Amino acid sequence: MQASYFLKKRLSTALFIIILLAITAGAVILTGFDFMAGFASIPKAAEWGITQFYPTAESLDKLPDILDKLLETIMLSIASTTIAGGAAVILAVLGSKTMQVHVIFSVICRGIASVFRNIDVSAWSLILLFSFGQHVLTGFFALFFVSFGFLTRAFTETIDEVSSHAVEALKAAGAGYFTIVFRSVIPSAIPRKLSWVLFMMETNIRSATLVGILTGTGIGFSFDLYYKSFNYHAASLVVICIVATILAIEFVSNTIRRMIL
Amino acid sequence: MTALLELKHVAKKYNTGTMALSDVNFSVSKGEFVSIIGPSGAGKSTLIRCINRLIDASGGEVRLDGVNVLNLNKRALQQTRVKIGMIFQHYNLVERLSVIDNVLHGRLGYKNVITGSLGIYTSDEKKQAIEILHSLGLEEQVYKRCDQLSGGQKQRVGIARALIQEPKLLLCDEPIASLDPNASKVIMDHLRSICSRLGITVLVNLHQVDVAMKYSDTIIGMRKGSVVYNGSAQGMKAETIFDIYGSEASDLGIEIGVTHAS
Ligand SMILES: Nc1ncnc2c1ncn2[C@@H]1O[C@H](COP(=O)(O)OP(=O)(O)OP(=O)(O)O)[C@@H](O)[C@H]1O
Ligand SMILES: [Mg+2]
Repeated sequence: MQASYFLKKRLSTALFIIILLAITAGAVILTGFDFMAGFASIPKAAEWGITQFYPTAESLDKLPDILDKLLETIMLSIASTTIAGGAAVILAVLGSKTMQVHVIFSVICRGIASVFRNIDVSAWSLILLFSFGQHVLTGFFALFFVSFGFLTRAFTETIDEVSSHAVEALKAAGAGYFTIVFRSVIPSAIPRKLSWVLFMMETNIRSATLVGILTGTGIGFSFDLYYKSFNYHAASLVVICIVATILAIEFVSNTIRRMIL
Repeated sequence: MTALLELKHVAKKYNTGTMALSDVNFSVSKGEFVSIIGPSGAGKSTLIRCINRLIDASGGEVRLDGVNVLNLNKRALQQTRVKIGMIFQHYNLVERLSVIDNVLHGRLGYKNVITGSLGIYTSDEKKQAIEILHSLGLEEQVYKRCDQLSGGQKQRVGIARALIQEPKLLLCDEPIASLDPNASKVIMDHLRSICSRLGITVLVNLHQVDVAMKYSDTIIGMRKGSVVYNGSAQGMKAETIFDIYGSEASDLGIEIGVTHAS
């Protein structure tokens, strides 16, 4: 009995791996991806990186410009994330099972969040380019929409997980809807919500670079500009700055998270 | 004695089709200590929540002081809920907040949108909260966060939150199910004294038949959504236990009052 249980478990693992390999092989054949050529190009890419893609003393002149753009990008990410967080709290409260006003309303809230979340940030940028053109607002709204969708979903789950017990108690005590929201739902879920906002902020700083390339703003634009004008030294400086920023932000947000949880 | 609470033909059918309560009738007098016992799934939690309408009954009447709770509109329901304190198995506190914050939550039913949302309490309310915490032996814990307390202490915070409502009726859904025997005794002693000294009517769901018999004036036995026993603790017989639980009292390790054999 015991032996057959473990055998069964092992067999199902083996089956899973075989299926995974089959899918990989199928994909390689279908797309005509050549492993050998792929691997062969790695040394060449590395050689190019080492000989061309490094900052020089001359490119350091561009540093003030780059930092300026970097700051713009960071601010854009922070602004879009925090505003999205504020909007998401409202929709999440209305959409949660714990505080739902009506089932239909709850379904609509979740639907809206789902649509915003499942359209990728680059797709949003392209769509919004039509309305705002190459402008900071395009990037702002693209990041805002995606964060809004994601945070609404995360907050809804947090509320249902953390707050439902205390909400029941306050309902039983005769408290009204807004009283329950402000005295119970928000206080009990706030550390987790902040944690999600910090996570979103990190993600957005990464995405903002990409969005900047598309919308011609911020640090993404700097990179695009230097890269296309063959100024690889300056472009590499941009990359180093982005990596350093992301590491710094991650460090800061981990510290904050440890303090609040 | 006058009836504070009266249930007539109360029924509850969940959307899933489960008939959790069918034709439940009983009345509870002012100042009475009543325990509801019954096996898992008998409908005890459903019944207790139908009284303050955390769950809406599908039929019947629940009369508190003669007023049918099931007909009240939202505003009137909130005003009625203020008069009914509730205590939960899992305490249902906002764990991140301090003990006193949680106790004061019991006053939120008296507040309007603004004072409630902002959590503005009068100094009398704060004084009262501290007095109640003293009487429950929590004077050292007043400003501690609730997640630092033991289960027994959390349940006492839950009791304090209910008491500050100044309720007429206290509903307790398995208040000692997550506690060890010592903490359970402390909680049950407090509930008994709330009933005897403050004259608050107490209705408790319990899994422990011996505890129910020791503390209650009246015991209501439930099985599959119906009341199968309603009488004094002394009136419980071996057959009564069998009717409620479907097993012999001796198999359940229960000793029946004075009449127990051997
Ligand atoms: N939200 C719900 N939706 C559907 N059915 C439910 C719901 N809550 C309870 N039930 C069903 O109603 C019946 C009574 O449940 P209830 O929780 O009132 O029993 P209980 O006596 O409190 O049990 P326990 O002692 O385990 O707490 C059970 O059959 C249960 O499965
Ligand atoms: Mg129950």
